Amino acid sequence: MSVVAVPEDVATSRGVVRRGGWRSGRMLVLNLVAVVVGFGVWALLSLIVGVQGLPGPVEVARRAGELVADGTLAGDVLASLTRVLVGFGLGTALAVPVGFLMGWYAVARGLLEPYIQFFRTIPPLAIIPLAIVLMGIGEVPKVFVIFLAAFLSSVVAAFQGVVDTDRTLINAARVLGASDRTIFVKVVVPASTPFILVGMRVGLGSAWGTLVAAELIAAQEGLGFRMQQAQLYYDLPTIFVGLITIGVLGLVMDRLLLLADRRLTAWQERR
Amino acid sequence: MTPKISFRDVTKTFPMRTGEFTALARVSLDIADEEFVTVVGPSGCGKTTLLGMAAGLEEPTTGDVLVDGKPVTGPGPERGVIFQQYALFPWLTVRRNVEFGLKLQEIPAAQRKARVDHAIDLVGLTDFADALPKTLSGGMKQRCAIARAYAVDPAVLLMDEPFGALDALTRVQLQDQLLHTWSRERRTVLFITHDVDEAVYLARRVVVMAARPGRIHTVVDVDLPYPRTEELRLSTAFGRIRNEVWHSVYHQAA
Repeated sequence: MSVVAVPEDVATSRGVVRRGGWRSGRMLVLNLVAVVVGFGVWALLSLIVGVQGLPGPVEVARRAGELVADGTLAGDVLASLTRVLVGFGLGTALAVPVGFLMGWYAVARGLLEPYIQFFRTIPPLAIIPLAIVLMGIGEVPKVFVIFLAAFLSSVVAAFQGVVDTDRTLINAARVLGASDRTIFVKVVVPASTPFILVGMRVGLGSAWGTLVAAELIAAQEGLGFRMQQAQLYYDLPTIFVGLITIGVLGLVMDRLLLLADRRLTAWQERR
Repeated sequence: MTPKISFRDVTKTFPMRTGEFTALARVSLDIADEEFVTVVGPSGCGKTTLLGMAAGLEEPTTGDVLVDGKPVTGPGPERGVIFQQYALFPWLTVRRNVEFGLKLQEIPAAQRKARVDHAIDLVGLTDFADALPKTLSGGMKQRCAIARAYAVDPAVLLMDEPFGALDALTRVQLQDQLLHTWSRERRTVLFITHDVDEAVYLARRVVVMAARPGRIHTVVDVDLPYPRTEELRLSTAFGRIRNEVWHSVYHQAA
């Protein structure tokens, strides 16, 4: 048998991982420092400089405690999260098959692409007035615009994933005797996964942004609604609690998707 | 005896904005069973198109491509193809890549495992059977692709500049390994390359092609015994044939 070369890549990649670990540790420290400094500046602005009406971190934390204690925050978070997850779930669930259909069949692409490209240019928020008129002020219009936001970003990603599947990989499967169906399931779907996950991350961000705006306009509960109410009563601490909660929840959801991405596409060569 | 692969008066044209582009013009070539034929020529001479037609990935515009006397109507597992870009499925380990074609044939698991192990051993990747392609070097990736083609036990191997992207040292190692594998398990091999040394070292016959339109320029018999060795590579007999091929590649009369 011939010489088996020592794979240099294996050795170096291990080195990179170790250095990466050290780097991410240092990054974490820097991130924490940034957060602490940020809070410091905030406290400084509200207490010492005394910007008109700006609540300090302590005041906001106290208000957050109250909102947690009386269950308002939990109720709002639950309402908002339910809307986002239902809308986002439905949007993604429909976007993946539609995107695959468009990528795989030219006929489907020709029929669907004009609509998708057109609706992509309309911010989902601009649909809200129409949705409220047509669907009333219940849950349906809010979930619908979130659905639309998630769908539009994921569908293009799934479509692009199919179109960008390496021609040679498809040929490699064909010459091994794979049928079109097998090629689709065994080659096109895994090759599109990274695209779809990126689309889902963009879709989630877009869904989250749309949600809050939808709740600002018409809702009986939810984080956006709570902030809207607080504005009427000049209740700035509540607005801050709402903003921070929205930010933290968005970040957590994005990290979860990123984690799923890392797990599902660990085979990718990354820079 | 029926040739294993037969190109009969094959022409391939592609429609272009400015009329037609003739990739291959009236090519006829017979390759015998278990013969090792290399095709060498300048870029744009239609070498890859020729191989694509034998693989069933492309159709001739006119003429016939026959394998075992039957017209090629599409790709099939009896004709293994090895691509220059390796074309390994990056989400599958070496073992699962090699297994891919066998699973399509619905071969029972126990038998499948034996054949996968054998193919991986044949190319010396046993220690990397569970590695993902991204962790392999270029040469190892191509060995994995060769194992994948061998696993389904094709009668014909079609290789499209398989070592073109590798460094010179790895290339020589893989040439020797390919010949070694081929001598243990004979196949009919059609091997495309742009490397004159490689073409002569591997083949019993070297087909030299010319471009615009793509056609066969000359066919050079390589009258050297197998197994081919380093000694042979440096011999004057090898040098003579190499020079002959070199001249017909680089000094083609218009």
